[in-house]
Amino acid sequence: MLAPHLPMLQVVVPLLMAPFVVLLRPRGLAWAAATMASLMAFAIAIVLALSVVGDATLTYRVGGWMAPYGIELRVDAFGALLLLVITGASSMALLGGQRSLERALPPTREPYYFSAWLLALTGFVGIAVSADAFNIFVFMEVSSLASYVLIAGGPDRRALSAVFKYLIMGTVGATFYLVGIGLVYMMTGTLNLADMAGRIEAVADTRPMIVAAGFITVGLALKAAIFPLHIWLPNAYAYAPHVTTAFLAACATKVALYVLLRFDFLILQQHLSGHAFQFAGYLMPLAVLGILVGSGVAMFERDLKRLLAFSSVAQIGYMLLGASLVSVSGLHAAILHMFNHALAKGGLFLAVAAFAAVTSGWRLEQIGGIARTMPWTFAAFVVCGLSLIGVPGTAGFLSKWYLVTAALEHGALGIALVCVILLSSLMAVAYVWRMVESACFAPDFDAETDADSTPNRDFAAFSHLLPTILWIVALANLYFGLANALPLELAKSAARTLLGGLP
Amino acid sequence: MDILGLYHYWVFAVLLMTGFYAIVAKPNLIKKLIGLSLFQSAVFLCYITFGKLAGGTAPIVGKGAELFSSPLPQVLILTAIVVSISTTALGLALVLRIKEAYGSIEEDEIQEQDAP
Amino acid sequence: MSTITLLFSIFLLTLLMITTMAIVRTRNLFVAVMLMGIASLLIAASFFLLDAADVALTEAAVGAGISTVLFLGALALTSERERSPSSLPLLSLGIVAIVALIVIYATFDQPPLGSPSAPVQAHLTPWYIESTRELIDIPNVVTAVLASFRGYDTLGEVIVVFTAGVGVLFLLGTGASASAAGAPLSEDNAGLRHYLIPRILGRLLIPFILLLGFYVQFHGEYSPGGGFQAGAIVAASIILYSLLEGEQRALLVIPQGVLLAMMVGGVLLYGAVGVAGLVLGGNFLDYSVLDSDPVKGQQWGILLIEIGIGITVAGVLISIFHAFASRGAA
Repeated sequence: MLAPHLPMLQVVVPLLMAPFVVLLRPRGLAWAAATMASLMAFAIAIVLALSVVGDATLTYRVGGWMAPYGIELRVDAFGALLLLVITGASSMALLGGQRSLERALPPTREPYYFSAWLLALTGFVGIAVSADAFNIFVFMEVSSLASYVLIAGGPDRRALSAVFKYLIMGTVGATFYLVGIGLVYMMTGTLNLADMAGRIEAVADTRPMIVAAGFITVGLALKAAIFPLHIWLPNAYAYAPHVTTAFLAACATKVALYVLLRFDFLILQQHLSGHAFQFAGYLMPLAVLGILVGSGVAMFERDLKRLLAFSSVAQIGYMLLGASLVSVSGLHAAILHMFNHALAKGGLFLAVAAFAAVTSGWRLEQIGGIARTMPWTFAAFVVCGLSLIGVPGTAGFLSKWYLVTAALEHGALGIALVCVILLSSLMAVAYVWRMVESACFAPDFDAETDADSTPNRDFAAFSHLLPTILWIVALANLYFGLANALPLELAKSAARTLLGGLP
Repeated sequence: MDILGLYHYWVFAVLLMTGFYAIVAKPNLIKKLIGLSLFQSAVFLCYITFGKLAGGTAPIVGKGAELFSSPLPQVLILTAIVVSISTTALGLALVLRIKEAYGSIEEDEIQEQDAP
Repeated sequence: MSTITLLFSIFLLTLLMITTMAIVRTRNLFVAVMLMGIASLLIAASFFLLDAADVALTEAAVGAGISTVLFLGALALTSERERSPSSLPLLSLGIVAIVALIVIYATFDQPPLGSPSAPVQAHLTPWYIESTRELIDIPNVVTAVLASFRGYDTLGEVIVVFTAGVGVLFLLGTGASASAAGAPLSEDNAGLRHYLIPRILGRLLIPFILLLGFYVQFHGEYSPGGGFQAGAIVAASIILYSLLEGEQRALLVIPQGVLLAMMVGGVLLYGAVGVAGLVLGGNFLDYSVLDSDPVKGQQWGILLIEIGIGITVAGVLISIFHAFASRGAA
């Protein structure tokens, strides 16, 4: 009865809960409602993912109008995998984050914050299921505006300047995207992605199309934090509330990358001659630079969150590198890494949230001794860190392995790329080791001597939910590293679809 | 008609870049937001321009007219205008908070205060 | 297009270019905001000449109206002059010039403006115009496309407005902090009460503005108009009242709780109509199933969601204004 409406419900559930949450004044009720909505969305995403196994695609006509006259929703393997990442990250972060957020936010404004969280969730899933270029823009702006609000909730005043920079760059990116699809619309007369793919052949090599491709790519690259347009990311992730960073780091940039890949592979590459080479030619160097610069700076960062943020820039570089190989195996690696990175990075940021509950800060100097005081949390942190490096047995290893094998298909260039991957993995070992070393061997943090620290060591009041969630995520890293069934399937299917064109 | 059409697009290009220049070059945060607003308005002009049909009229049926300009770009831009004002409102709220937190709304002064 | 309209268009566009360059160059932000209002009206006029009446109305109401108020509100609380000169002007000019050239480069292969064979005109437009006549039976095709054919986009748009409202309220708090109900009116918060002429004229104008707002709301299916424009106009009238009579009076007239209810209620109304479509057997936002006659159902659906849009937009814009206005007083 409800089954055919699931793609729509994926968006409607968080969308309609968001205004409702604003009205919930009693403390904790807003959080509970938001978590419930997020979990429902997660459940829907799981059902959707299981329904699209085997190269199936679900479509939905909103308003009952046929595409391209109306707006169509389309869930395929790629979208389903992304939905799992988005809703999963949101649910895990919310479940574990109640105490952490309560400490960061002014109490009267909590309902607004959780409403914004659900709005961000709505935006992300709206992008993932949409099959209409302008609809993607609208939900992209929903998610962006909501993200700005979420990041601005950080207690440090630097959150505000970070968000402002993000706002400016993000809106420029969205507007570039709008210009791009405006030009495409002018040349093809349609906004539906499938229809566009069909009509583009006729106008393939005209100048507006080439310029449009450029604008769309740059606009989405800004949102996806591709080097060198990544400069908004480190500060935004560092100064947001901790579990918010866990949520956003897991999915925000991936969604933009998803749109970029869909546009490039399904529409532009199929029909614009030479576009494949342009795509690879421009984006591969940027990917490599992103990987090297991101890992490099991370090695020298002393602020834990900024370190992990720069690491994210590098990881996005990996995904872009896989995509720029323009092969099924390359795309497979890239898409799989979207999933695995979300697991690893999400877990790491959740761990930082746990640490921050008892330390006076999250610089390397301040987490000393945490390995002893919070051994289980620290162990989970180490597991996620190993997954980030790509140690065999963890999820991160699988995506790096597939990336390496995909690169090796390209001869001499491939060997150079593999060197880059190995070098950056070594750098990852370096920065993960720095964090582990500080946690184990640095002098014990001492909250008493810190003048401005509020009673942080509230172990008793500290929710046990966060370490539990953290362990679930850490175990997921191990599970998907050893028995990588569903995401692997979906990623393979997605890669095939992207290179084979829309069904 | 062709000259007029091209002139519209060139004005769009000039507007786009004027706004973009303000965003990139001006350190004052409110100036940046003004530039952002202009930048987005330029895009609106572009979309509406290519919706126009020669000899057509506004797409409201029933006044005896037969040829209508395309309603779709208008719908898209209605949405885009609202998105633009929403972003501006949020941006201005941020500027107010930044002014209270830093005492300044000039980007270089803020960066100086942030540098560790 | 006749010669006169042609010349007028060129005139408007040239004036627009000059105005925007002046906006960027001037160091006085108050001047910049005023010029922005002018630029917005010039763009609205251009839209009107390009047959986009609905968009012209929205641009005037939102761009020249609300946007100016918000910027002025922000200026009042920060500073009126830019302190530093441009940073890296030559580099920025360089980047900007390159991108401008790229855009101009793109204009050379485009279908000529106004040509009936352009893909925009030929592909989807005839279907929309025909189907509006047949399936929805309202004169304003733009409203039909906005509210029904692409109603999902419009739902997204309402959500964007709602997000802005939530965001501003989160960042600045509600406007109710400085004024307790029943407290005597303080001198600072008294608005423009000392100035007789604005008050008298304002009191005359406000009912008419409100009436215009309601007219635009309900007549949106027959003429340019609809929820967004109506919401902006109604908000403008309340903002005018607040400027004239002071914040506290305005919050007595429409308290913060009511504003919040408006913000939330409009979105939920829109969503409810969508879910009703789902429950009654169609898809989400399918209005044809709302009534036994599908055409009537479409009209009901459009009417209801436009009301929802109007309520949310008015609520959000007034809330944002109060949040700005009471920030300085606090």
